[in-house]
Amino acid sequence: MVRLRELASMEDRLVSGHGLCLGCGIPVIMKVVLRATTDPIVIANATGCLEVCTSRFPWTSWRTTWMHSAFENAASTIAGVEAMYKALVRKGKIPKDKKIKFLAIGGDGGTYDIGFQALSGAAERGHDFVYICYDNNVYANTGGQRSAATPLGASATTSPAGSKIPGKMQKRKDLTQIMAAHGIPYVAQASPHRWMDLYNKAKKAFEVDGPAFLNVLTPCPLEWKYDESQGMRIANLAADTCVWPLYEVENGKYKINYFPKEKLPVIKWLEPQGRFRHLFKEENKWLIDEIQKSVDEDWERLQRLAKL
Amino acid sequence: MSKIVTLNGNMAIAEAIRQINPDVVAAYPITPSTSIVETVAQYVADGLIDSEFVCPESEHSAMSVCIGAAAAGGRVTTATASQGLALMWEMLYIAAGLRLPIVAAIVNRALSAPINIHGDHSDTMGARDSGWIQIYSENAQEAYDNFIQAFRIAEHPDVRTPVMVTFDGFIISHSLETMKIEDDEAVKKFVGEYSPVYPLLDTDNPITVGPIDFTDFYFEHKVNQLEGIENAPKVIEEVGKEFGKRFGREYGFFEEYRMDDAEVAILLMSSAAGTAKETVDELRAQGKKVGLIKLRVFRPFPARKLAETLSRLKAVAVLDRATSPGAEGAPLFVETRSALFDYPERPKIINYVYGLGGRDITPEHFHQVYRKLEKIASTGKVDQYYGYLNLRE
Repeated sequence: MVRLRELASMEDRLVSGHGLCLGCGIPVIMKVVLRATTDPIVIANATGCLEVCTSRFPWTSWRTTWMHSAFENAASTIAGVEAMYKALVRKGKIPKDKKIKFLAIGGDGGTYDIGFQALSGAAERGHDFVYICYDNNVYANTGGQRSAATPLGASATTSPAGSKIPGKMQKRKDLTQIMAAHGIPYVAQASPHRWMDLYNKAKKAFEVDGPAFLNVLTPCPLEWKYDESQGMRIANLAADTCVWPLYEVENGKYKINYFPKEKLPVIKWLEPQGRFRHLFKEENKWLIDEIQKSVDEDWERLQRLAKL
Repeated sequence: MSKIVTLNGNMAIAEAIRQINPDVVAAYPITPSTSIVETVAQYVADGLIDSEFVCPESEHSAMSVCIGAAAAGGRVTTATASQGLALMWEMLYIAAGLRLPIVAAIVNRALSAPINIHGDHSDTMGARDSGWIQIYSENAQEAYDNFIQAFRIAEHPDVRTPVMVTFDGFIISHSLETMKIEDDEAVKKFVGEYSPVYPLLDTDNPITVGPIDFTDFYFEHKVNQLEGIENAPKVIEEVGKEFGKRFGREYGFFEEYRMDDAEVAILLMSSAAGTAKETVDELRAQGKKVGLIKLRVFRPFPARKLAETLSRLKAVAVLDRATSPGAEGAPLFVETRSALFDYPERPKIINYVYGLGGRDITPEHFHQVYRKLEKIASTGKVDQYYGYLNLRE
């Protein structure tokens, strides 16, 4: 098992000076993930918060090879890089023992929505790459529009809470399960507040031969509307309420990595976040019950899958 | 050994791909370019080439794979048509903006709606400002020759700009033609080894590709990107000449057919040139001073050269196989007329749109155009500068 001291002594491949918000979960996640291999990494980054905040010309926050081409195609861009690597190794232009890891990164907009087709295609084709979705439940880079990852009841700028409609009326897409259904070697759901779990998952993802997908909950103070210092506490509440269970699917086998000692009611997760504030009005409280019911059903289902 | 064979346009491109053996081929099937992709897949399956062949789930991803692969540091090609090229549109600009020397075979096909699988130039005309070099081919031989030259042009250090080589859907892609395939080794030698520039896979020297520019740098970068296509004419010419020396078929920006003492001429691109040449021969036999110019390179547009050739004529008809809705004529016409603006002596110039969705164009239609040109030449008057050929009223 890796020790924190070892991780801390590793060189950062994403360095400070970037423009990500105070309290943003993304750099915390990336610093852990990028330490999970010592091999060189080539990154294809979808358009989004991480991309714009780390690559403002003439500066770069990246001390590893990094590329951005567009919003919806991080998976197909990295697939191209990986295909070229295979070709050049086969043709003897790159030595066989030169190992390179291929990493695609996108937010939930670039992954659940506009980049979903490219991700599904690259996974089906079996490219040897890791895809990390930093899921902050919203199009944060463009100012907080709803995505397929925005939870039921959340207020977003394109699913605003109003006097007639109390926020987003649809459940989030369960992308982790969808990626597991691709039958790829490794799929996991993680959260930065349990950094060791995230590290282990990233390590496995890098090590498997073939596609791996990591979906990482990413607290966003700006759009979730909480105090910047509270991000990890909020992520913890997502795990303790089972809103965001931590689990992995390794070669089809489900394993839940974290069982809360006491499963908290979803209200504990909703309360500290401004995006759910409207749910506490008398006329909207029914929705909290709906959310609880939905979370309970999903948690039950996940436990059944883990027992198979 | 070179050999005379009977191939269609798609097979000719597949042959060139086999000979060049690119590092990565990423392509999605679409009529009428599908058989290029299928043939390459068979070559890979049979071990005739050791390219990494990727079958992405869309053309958007196909171009994205090409971009990732080219940035990684190797030779990349693809093929598509019509809606496929349209779906790639966003990525075409990025390929050119990142100065990645990708070569694409585009089998020209009409754009929807209505859906139509036959040849016209709407697809590539829609990509004319994407930053790609565009080379149009009359027949399978030219498609093959242009495709081979395209790698040299795209990869030239002064150019480093993607190239699309186009030919007409079905008319060329699916019609058998007797043509010459050059010797494998001679083609390989002509194309040469690929030398990557700032490859991603050189991980010892990490780089950041595709960063974000704000108002402080974007303008300069966009203008810098133009250098490649601005340097392209010299390289296109050199490569065309060298190809001629090596294989006996020399290429320039356009072909002049019986233009020496011509007074009127048609300007067009691609397969219709074959029929037009027949008509020119017939009219020449009657002693008429008519000629034809077949444009090969649409981007970069050889404005000066073309205008110099046209300026000595009395009347010119530009035939476009695409429209430009709301513009002062179709794309080739607008460019040509603009090129002539600075010449004090310039011909009368008219525009016909023909062949949309694969509609036939026959010698009779060319006769009609030449009759019109003769009338304009003799009267000096243009009653209508824009019209359609073989369109039912």
